[in-house]
Amino acid sequence: MRQIKLTRHSIVICLLSVAMLLLPFATDALLGRGWVRIVDFAMLYIMLALGLNIVVGYAGLLDLGYIAFFAVGAYCYALTGSPHLASAFPLLFPDGLHLSFWIVLPLAAMLAGGFGVLLGFPTLRLRGDYLAIVTLGFGEIIRIFMNNLNAPVNLTNGPQGISRIDPISVAGVSLNATQNIFGVVLPSVHLYFYLFLSFTALVVFVSHRLEKSRIGRAWMAIREDEIAASSMGINTRNLKLLAFAMGAAFGGVSGTLFAGFQGFVSPESFSLMESIMVLCMVVLGGMGNIYGVILGGLLLALLPEVLRHSVVPLQQAMFGKALIDPESLRMLLFGSALIAVMLYRPAGLWPSRVRRRELESDEVAL
Amino acid sequence: MSVERGNNAALLQLSGIGKQFGGLRALTDVSLHIGRGEIYGLIGPNGAGKTTLFNVVTGLYQSDAGEFSFNGHRYQKSQPHLLAQAGIARTFQNIRLFANLTALENVLIGRHVRTKAGVLGALLRNKATRCEERASAERARALLRYVGITKPAQTLAKNLSYGEQRRLEIARALATEPLLLALDEPAAGMNSTETESLKTLLQDIRATGITVMLIEHDVKLIMGLCDRVAVLDYGRVIAEGAPDEVRKNPAVIAAYLGADDE
Repeated sequence: MRQIKLTRHSIVICLLSVAMLLLPFATDALLGRGWVRIVDFAMLYIMLALGLNIVVGYAGLLDLGYIAFFAVGAYCYALTGSPHLASAFPLLFPDGLHLSFWIVLPLAAMLAGGFGVLLGFPTLRLRGDYLAIVTLGFGEIIRIFMNNLNAPVNLTNGPQGISRIDPISVAGVSLNATQNIFGVVLPSVHLYFYLFLSFTALVVFVSHRLEKSRIGRAWMAIREDEIAASSMGINTRNLKLLAFAMGAAFGGVSGTLFAGFQGFVSPESFSLMESIMVLCMVVLGGMGNIYGVILGGLLLALLPEVLRHSVVPLQQAMFGKALIDPESLRMLLFGSALIAVMLYRPAGLWPSRVRRRELESDEVAL
Repeated sequence: MSVERGNNAALLQLSGIGKQFGGLRALTDVSLHIGRGEIYGLIGPNGAGKTTLFNVVTGLYQSDAGEFSFNGHRYQKSQPHLLAQAGIARTFQNIRLFANLTALENVLIGRHVRTKAGVLGALLRNKATRCEERASAERARALLRYVGITKPAQTLAKNLSYGEQRRLEIARALATEPLLLALDEPAAGMNSTETESLKTLLQDIRATGITVMLIEHDVKLIMGLCDRVAVLDYGRVIAEGAPDEVRKNPAVIAAYLGADDE
């Protein structure tokens, strides 16, 4: 029984890998290159949603400022991987720092994790609405800092943002140019897709392992009942800080990738709306379930683009001119989708395993 | 009172514990001791401070006065997880299970304090972690059987019957390998058959060397089970001793039925 299950499992994984490898080519052929770029961004959102899922889904800590960690990661690479530092410290870095992406990535993850702990410490006693308000404030503080740290020393270049960030290169191969690998022509967006895909796979792996571990169970215990959890010997303070740090580190990784991919960052990308978006991905998809969160991330990242590409042509075909701006329609649909999900599928589109598991056999899950 | 004070072999010794909530003195100068291997009952009218005392001993509340020693260590202020580590496990008056997790997971969470795997172990899932997980799962299943939960281990805690939920709480507490098991009204809401089997279970638990401390309203259960009882009224210990003596104590009768001279 177990053998059959394992092989079926590996077949699914094989098929999925092949499908994912072919995805950019299929998207390119069917929808155009712009869509591959959109899918790239969707992968970044999925990473963010999975990171937030650790904080919100596992540990049950409502975080409305999550995008701040994305910002920390993005600015980390923006500062160290662009000529910008030359304008702030002309003597120290005449050409900017230009650190390798692969050096910045772990540092950014650690720094974001540190910021997670920084946010976690003052909020240890808070839950629910109160925690949401403090985290919301934290997210705004980071954004406002990015916006205003152009004086007295021009650290972040303020609202103009930082541009000319070095592209990411893997083993000396720059991802910003079309590459010909083993006779296969890979445009830049395809290359970034594969990079993001590997990172998403890594994040999924880490989430999955954590979920089914002693640490993950302790997080869920805190989510279910903090007092009972502490009475069972769980150090709720440390585990909450760990959840904040792990979630933030994922956000930081995603942000670093974002900066390298986009080549430009500005505070505008890290607004409260983005935090809410990521939270919606988690809630809509199914809190605490990795697959649900991926689904939520994918849907919410792609939906605005689908609208943008379909609403205006559709209206033109019907009325001869565009009456409604797709941007405003997006919020309308978004709101109704949320209400519908809360009414009909309160646990999310793809709820956590616990509801289904009752029907399964009584077998050790190891 | 026939009980000798200052027993050095005591597992838990409270001295002069006081706790105040605003103007309400919930506990005043509570001193008592519980010997190793005893079943100790804590009774008293509603609002007498029994659960407050439990919360002090399990670290959920910090006492304002006095201190207690457990297993040779003195505590004045502490935290629940440190006391669980030290060997005090508890259940709650209003069942506090992890409702959306399975029965097995609930007991596995009780194993948390006696296991070590950290983030790295979870990610690598190395041999030590796998062994630990397997041992924990085996132990948890054994505990589920031990307390008499026959439903599949993957049943969600909230879908268990009331009596089973009470027993699952005990299994979860036992998973922490306690020296002292503190039960807050374990028989509340149980019918007489369930109470009887709970009594047997508690006697079994004591036979394994675990000291049991319980709050209970069911006088029959207390009388039949406890070696000693303490009676709390308005936050003070008004009587302590063997159940039969305590039962005849005029102060206790007055506390429960009301005194004539008041």
